[in-house]
Amino acid sequence: MPSVITVKNLVKTFIVGEVEVRALRGVNLDVEKGEFLAVTGPSGSGKSTLMHIIGCLDRPTSGQYFLDGEDVSRMSKDALAAVRNRKIGFVFQGFNLLARTTALDNIELPLLYSGNAMKAAERRKRSMEVLKAVGLENRGDHHPNQLSGGQQQRVAIARALVNEPAILLADEPTGNLDTASTVEIMQILSDLHASGRTIVVITHEAEVADRAQRVIHLVDGGIESDRRTGAAPPVTPRFAHDDSAEAISA
Amino acid sequence: MSVLEAMRMAMHGVAANRMRSLLTMLGITIGVAAVIILVAVGHGSAVAVQKNIEGLGTNVVTIQPGGFGFGRGSGGAQSSFTQLTTKDVKALQDPSATPDIKSVTPVVNGSVTATFGSASYTPNQFIGTTPSYAEARKSPVSAGEFITQQDETAHSRVVVLGQTVVTNLFGSQSPLGQTIKLNGIGFEVVGVLAPKGTNGIQDQDDIAIAPLTTTQSLITGVTGGLGQIIIEAKSSHQVDAAEAEATSILTPGHSSNGTANFRVLNQASLLQTTASTNQVFTVLLAAVAAISLLVGGIGVMNIMLVTVTERTREIGIRKAVGARRSDILAQFLSESVLLSVFGGAVGVAAGLLGSRFKIVGVQPAVEPYSVALALAVGIAVGLFFGIYPANRAASLRPIDALRYE
Repeated sequence: MPSVITVKNLVKTFIVGEVEVRALRGVNLDVEKGEFLAVTGPSGSGKSTLMHIIGCLDRPTSGQYFLDGEDVSRMSKDALAAVRNRKIGFVFQGFNLLARTTALDNIELPLLYSGNAMKAAERRKRSMEVLKAVGLENRGDHHPNQLSGGQQQRVAIARALVNEPAILLADEPTGNLDTASTVEIMQILSDLHASGRTIVVITHEAEVADRAQRVIHLVDGGIESDRRTGAAPPVTPRFAHDDSAEAISA
Repeated sequence: MSVLEAMRMAMHGVAANRMRSLLTMLGITIGVAAVIILVAVGHGSAVAVQKNIEGLGTNVVTIQPGGFGFGRGSGGAQSSFTQLTTKDVKALQDPSATPDIKSVTPVVNGSVTATFGSASYTPNQFIGTTPSYAEARKSPVSAGEFITQQDETAHSRVVVLGQTVVTNLFGSQSPLGQTIKLNGIGFEVVGVLAPKGTNGIQDQDDIAIAPLTTTQSLITGVTGGLGQIIIEAKSSHQVDAAEAEATSILTPGHSSNGTANFRVLNQASLLQTTASTNQVFTVLLAAVAAISLLVGGIGVMNIMLVTVTERTREIGIRKAVGARRSDILAQFLSESVLLSVFGGAVGVAAGLLGSRFKIVGVQPAVEPYSVALALAVGIAVGLFFGIYPANRAASLRPIDALRYE
């Protein structure tokens, strides 16, 4: 299996006032294509920093990072923006959808910045496809504040998928959700994994980590354990969701 | 991202906060409208003054007694040799010495109270003059006739009245052929002057004109000297020559210690002087207006800075999904330009509308260049003051922007 993410001796230090904080102290990691990886660890363990570097939102102090075969650790800001656009799909804890913008327009956003001149109708069609994939095809005109938390997160997942990224990066994707929505979002992630996506989830919830094939535990900026649960991918991929779970949670 | 997309996003941003966008535009609107209106007022008053001076006759040189530094108003009566007399008029009328002069018109100023029946009125101006006055001063009659040469020789008691005097004495009645009393002496009204309106300082129709001879013998007395001599040149480019000829003829008899005791007013140079005065006036008005445009621009910057701060999270999201620095820059710059374009367009409309009304007695005359300039500067101001906030937005680090609460 080819590696999608290869991290070598990754170090990140922050200067807070006069104190130097070492958030990551030499992390080595390989993520293969199609893997479902969970990164866990107590707060302050460096998992968010790792996520930011893997997501190309930040650059490492030293060490190397290859994403899909490209060395992105020394890229310019604009090149990183392009990488974020094409290779990475983000799902955040706080959804991070644009308010006053419809679900469809939110999903279209990465397409606007992708540089290739896609026609408006084509963009719309592509956005509709992914919206359908997360089971919200009749919610395209809704604004985020008209959607439940679970629905908002599904829109965010659709936005992350619209550019066919190499990895799906989720930072505490269920942190703001109730139990029913959590189950639903995790089901979507499992389904995506089953269809061959590479997924990295940062979480501190055990039941979320349990869904993954492989769990990395970070402590004090280093990998303490790397265990493969061997959990087989879920048997029945299920994309078309009904809203029943949402209706209960709403 | 295409320009069109940037514009669409900017529209979205402007529409998202209507009240604020409107108030921001108002700054630019007021600035642009102020530039247009104030320049139009400056230009309008210049046009009006110019028309008035041209109304006095452009080929005309006026000679008045008294030097620049002394003479009139510097205490006591004028000494006799500063007076202009009919002898001077005769000398100026000699065609061999004054080839460039077409006519010489002496004028005496008096003050009378006119009565007709029970009506009584004191004209602002009462003058005694010769027939050439009508042409030199461009004061033709609209009814009846002007005073004639026979009136002069016969010392006829005739008078030509301005419209204001007619209205005050006769109301709507026709004055022609009627006899009015000037300081108690009966004069026949032979003509009514065509209305000229105000010259900005005084009503030019508030005037009564009688023959010079009659005026001197009955009203002012012969010893008082002339109020002014009006010299008309043969053509507009002979004005300076006519002025020189008149000056050389008058100087020997009217100077003390080598300084001339009379003043020569050249309408053409007066026109030039007022034109440059008006230029200064207009530039000053425009400067005041430009300042308000600048203030409007600072308003745009202020609002854009608030907008950027408020939308930090949005910027973070956009960057996370792949917006480059230039994309964010384009979006926010488009937004501030859009605000100033809208504001400017409304300002042009308001400016053109406002210029249709009289402002402090001046009918504004819109200068096309001021419209183009105001709009261009308004947009440039939006662009310039948009750069700093847009740049600030574009250089935010994505993680910092995403974490922003």
